[in-house]
Amino acid sequence: MSDRTRSVRKTALWKAALTYLVLGLGAVTMLVPFYWMVLTSLQPPEMAFSMGQIRWIPERIVWQNYPEAWKAIDIPRLYWNSIVVAVLGTLGQVLTSSLAAFAFARLEFPGRDRLFFAYLATMMVPGSVTMIPNFVLLRWLGWIDTYQALIIPGMFSAYGTFLLRQFFMGLPTELEDAAKIDGSSYAGIWARVTLPLSRPALATLTTFTFMGFWGAYMWPLIIIQSPELRTLPIGLASFVGRYSAEYSLWMAASVIALIPVLLLFIFNQRYFQEGIKMSGIKG
Amino acid sequence: MTRRQKAESLAAVAFLAPNVAGFLVFTLLPVLGAFVLAFTNWDLFRPPRWVGLFNFVSLLGWHYDEYAGRTVMNDPFFWKYVYNTLFLMMAIPIGIAGSLICALLMNQKLRGITAFRTIYFLPTVCSGVAILILWKWLYNNDIGLFNTLIRQFGDWIGVPLRGPNWLGSTEWAKPSLMLMGLWTGLGGFNMILYLAALQGVPREQYEAAAMDGASAWQTFWAVTWPGISPTTFFILIMSVIGGFQGGFMTANVMTQGGPAGSTTTIEYYIYNVAFTRFLMGYASAIAWVLFIVILAITLLTWRFGGRKVTYV
Repeated sequence: MSDRTRSVRKTALWKAALTYLVLGLGAVTMLVPFYWMVLTSLQPPEMAFSMGQIRWIPERIVWQNYPEAWKAIDIPRLYWNSIVVAVLGTLGQVLTSSLAAFAFARLEFPGRDRLFFAYLATMMVPGSVTMIPNFVLLRWLGWIDTYQALIIPGMFSAYGTFLLRQFFMGLPTELEDAAKIDGSSYAGIWARVTLPLSRPALATLTTFTFMGFWGAYMWPLIIIQSPELRTLPIGLASFVGRYSAEYSLWMAASVIALIPVLLLFIFNQRYFQEGIKMSGIKG
Repeated sequence: MTRRQKAESLAAVAFLAPNVAGFLVFTLLPVLGAFVLAFTNWDLFRPPRWVGLFNFVSLLGWHYDEYAGRTVMNDPFFWKYVYNTLFLMMAIPIGIAGSLICALLMNQKLRGITAFRTIYFLPTVCSGVAILILWKWLYNNDIGLFNTLIRQFGDWIGVPLRGPNWLGSTEWAKPSLMLMGLWTGLGGFNMILYLAALQGVPREQYEAAAMDGASAWQTFWAVTWPGISPTTFFILIMSVIGGFQGGFMTANVMTQGGPAGSTTTIEYYIYNVAFTRFLMGYASAIAWVLFIVILAITLLTWRFGGRKVTYV
C-alpha cells in the first residue's frame, strides 16, 4: 500500500468517524424527548414532580397512568372516530384523485391543460379562507356535528391529483394499448392496468392522506361539538385542558395516541421516502 | 370532433366529475363566499348587512388618536400578529440550512445510515397534538426537562443556573416555538427532498471538480449548490406559503396565543375572530388579505427568483 492510498484511507476514516459523531448527537437529540415522554408516563403522578433530579433509569415503573388515561378521555371512542374518519376520508380521496389523475394523464379533451393549471392554483388557497364559508355551508346542510362533515370536505385534493398524475405520466403505454385493442373501456384500463401498476404512488398518497386526516385539528375543532364525535387530537387537547398538571397522564395519553402513526410509519417506511421524492418534483 | 374524440371527452368528464364537483363545492364556492362575506358584518346570528369596504378599512387603515396625540392603526392587533407570524418565519432559513446539512451528512455511503434517516424522521411523523403536549411538558418552567437539565448543569459547575420561563415569557415564547419547530422538521420532508436532489447531481461534475483540484468547499459551491438550487427554491416557496398560514394548532394547544399575544399568528387571529367573537365578515376580510399576500409572494418569487435557479 502506497503512502498516498494510506493517507486517503485515513482521511476517509476520519470523515466517517466525524459524520457518525455528528449524526449520533443529532439522533440523541431527536430521541431524548420521546424517552422523556415514555419515562414520565411510567411514573406515578406525584413522582413526575420530583423528577427535578433527572433519573434516566427509573427506580420503579408503574403502569397505572395508561388505564387511567384510557378511562379519563374514553380512548376507545376517540380511536374509533379517528379510524372511521381517516379510513373513509383516505379511501375517498385516493379514489377521486386517481380518477381525475387518470383523465389528466391519459385522456385527451378540450381545455385539459388549463383545467389542470387551475387545479394547481387551488393549492395556494389558504385553509383559513375556505374555513369560514365551509362552516357556513355545512351548517346550512345540517352537517354540523356529523361524521360526513369530518370526512367529505377533505376528500378532494389537488395535491393527490397532482401526485398521481405525475406518476401515471411515467407509466409505459403498451399495456394500456393492449387492453384497448382487447376492447377494454377506459374504466377497465383505470382499474385493471393503471391502478395495479401504481402501487407505490397509491401507497404514498394513502399514507400522507391518512396522516393528514389522523392529525387534523382545526377543522374537527370547528365542526364537532359533542364529545361523542371527537377525534383523537381534539380529545387529547381537551384532556390537557382539564387535567392541567397531571403530566404523567398527559404523557400516557400521548403515547397511546402516537402508536397508530408509528405503526403506519414502520410498515410504510420505504413508501414514505419515495413518496416525498415524488411529491417534490422539479419545476 | 370525431366520434372517438367525443367518446374520450365524455369519459374524461366522467372521470373528473367527482373531484371537480368536490372542488367546486368545497373550494371554489367557499373562496367566492369568503370574498362576499368580507364585505358584510355577519355575526352568524343576525342577517348579514353589506358594509362595503368597512372591514378592510378597519383592518388596514389608520386614524388620528386624540388621546395618544398621534396616528395609530385601526387594528393594532392585526399588525402585531403579522409581526409575530413573520418573526416565527425567521426559523425557515435556519431550518432549510439544517435540513441541507443533515442531507449532506446522510448522503454518504456509510453503514446504518438508513437507521439515522428513520430516527431523524420520527418527529415529523409524530408531529401533531401529542408532540405539542410533550413539548409543553419539556418546557415546563419548574420541573420540565430543559430547566432541570440547566439547573443540574449549574450545580455541576458550581454556578446557580436558572433556565428561562420558556413558554411563559414574552421574550422566550416565540424562540421556544421556533426551537420546537426545528426539532420537528429538521430531518423531515425537506431533508428527504434534499437527499433526492443530491443523488441527482451528475457524478461527472464531481469528477471534473476533483480533476481541477477543487477543495470540498469549492466543490460544494461550484457543483452541489447549483445542482440542488431548484430544490432549495421549491422548499423555500412551500415553507413561506406554509409559514404564513401556520401557528393555529401550536397556539391553541400550547399557549392560547400568549403570553400577552406574543404567539398569536394571523391564522390563530382569524380563527378567534370567527369562532370566539363570531365576526364572520371581519375574519373573512383578514383571510382574503392573507390570501392576496400569499398569491403575490408566490407570483413574485416565481417571476424573479425563478431566473436565479439553475436547472440541471
